[in-house]
Amino acid sequence: MRDDPQSGPSNPTGRPFLQTARGTTAAAAVAECGPAHLNSTHGQNASPVEIADRPNIDRAVPITLRINGKDHQLRVDPRTTLLDCIRETVALTGTKKGCDHGQCGACTVHVNDRRVNSCLSLALMHDGEEITTIEGLGTPDTLHPLQAAFVACDGYQCGYCTSGQIMSGVALLKEPCGPDDAAVKELMSGNICRCGAYANIVAAIQQVRKNI
Amino acid sequence: MHTFEFVRPADSAAAVATAAQAKTAQQGADVRFVAGGTTLLDLMKLNVETPARLVDINRLPLDKIEATSDGGLKIGATVRNSDLARHPTVQRDYAVLSQAILAGASAQLRNMATTAGNLLQRTRCMYFRDTAMPCNKREPGTGCPAITGSNRMLAVLGTSEHCIATNPSDMCVAMAALEATIHVQGPNGTRPIPIGDFHLLPGSTPNRETVLEPGDLITHVTLPPPVAGSTQIYLKLRDRASYEFALASAAVVITLNGGKVTRARIALGGVGTKPWRSPEAEAALVGQAADTVAFRKAAEAAMRDAKPQSENGFKIELATRCLAHALQMAATS
Repeated sequence: MRDDPQSGPSNPTGRPFLQTARGTTAAAAVAECGPAHLNSTHGQNASPVEIADRPNIDRAVPITLRINGKDHQLRVDPRTTLLDCIRETVALTGTKKGCDHGQCGACTVHVNDRRVNSCLSLALMHDGEEITTIEGLGTPDTLHPLQAAFVACDGYQCGYCTSGQIMSGVALLKEPCGPDDAAVKELMSGNICRCGAYANIVAAIQQVRKNI
Repeated sequence: MHTFEFVRPADSAAAVATAAQAKTAQQGADVRFVAGGTTLLDLMKLNVETPARLVDINRLPLDKIEATSDGGLKIGATVRNSDLARHPTVQRDYAVLSQAILAGASAQLRNMATTAGNLLQRTRCMYFRDTAMPCNKREPGTGCPAITGSNRMLAVLGTSEHCIATNPSDMCVAMAALEATIHVQGPNGTRPIPIGDFHLLPGSTPNRETVLEPGDLITHVTLPPPVAGSTQIYLKLRDRASYEFALASAAVVITLNGGKVTRARIALGGVGTKPWRSPEAEAALVGQAADTVAFRKAAEAAMRDAKPQSENGFKIELATRCLAHALQMAATS
């Protein structure tokens, strides 16, 4: 990572690393696991039609998910959570799997502009709905103000919870929330950070709230 | 997770007809309604719930909050907890309900969880959630390791020798104090169920948690008209400041006149095997001066029949203080 000119602070997403990893062992391991059809050669640009045409998914159901403004026509095993669908089927890996039981918030995405735990929801329940993930928030060149604030305030250490924290924080900006830090902490309590970057996360959110 | 068939019924009647084919509506149900999914999907991942069919009720027209003709409130089954807690009428007239919902779970979970789903929220008892362990609620007749095991979070009221699992809901505690009615559409028509009759004590059948039968669909909940001049408080005590289940909680709706309590509705959470309405505390309060002595006596009355387990005896004094303090807050607010 350190030798990669695209990683580090100048590249807040770290995505080139993930794509490289996916092209090697990760894809080989995942491709045979039932509902997961992560296509290494196509990555997140995999053709929806190609995914839709894949055979041999037991009891597969066709759905259309509108993710970050783009329609994805998919066939999914009914058991597929929204989280696994986003990560493994659509190959948007910015959304993270932590506890997989709605206790940590790493999987937070927006459905119809409201933040939810994507691990406790089935992809099928969201047929036709509007989903926003961290990839739909900003780009490395044009960060969402809260993404920029996380960089400026050092709102992370390992970064694993960060996309969930930011998706939660962006939703909070539009929710009823008192002005003080305590109110922010209460509304961010569904996002756990094991590194303990809480103080800086609150500072990042407050920095954006003061500017809107 | 076991595989299942996912169906989306055209209307409530179709949902009821599909679910009516189930053998039971209780633990082990082979057909489940799914709304928010926050309890059900969690338990399906643990193989505690293994339905063969899921009936998605999210797109049925059950998501409205409306005034009733008698001045009360009708709350649809799929109204999200966050929408209910923030509804202006709820905040103004049923503040205890708003406070209770906002004291539970996280902002994300409240955006998903629904009125009906919260009524059916399952216990967090670790033995119930772990299929490697015996559990009379999950597998009748296998025993209750919680009674001799890890029971710090478990119940002290309404327990039996077969089960001591706590009902985890905050919303239900407020609804018990507000005397809500649950409206069910079943294969034989519709029926109202007072919330006090909806949840069952574990007794010798802890696998039966409610009076629901196969096909019964909760369509809405009604609240009676608000009581003029009442004050309402939900006080929740827990191990963390946020995002944690109650060790003890109290929902209080009281009316004072001339320094005396003229009406009281009281329910407790975190300590009972069901949302715990306390007629004992209510009777001990009405007609008494609204002071700390009366509040303490009422709280002691609420906990008089409490039975401590090996690790949770502290809950009896904690719940007593919780209720006494909630009454004091209501009297001085």
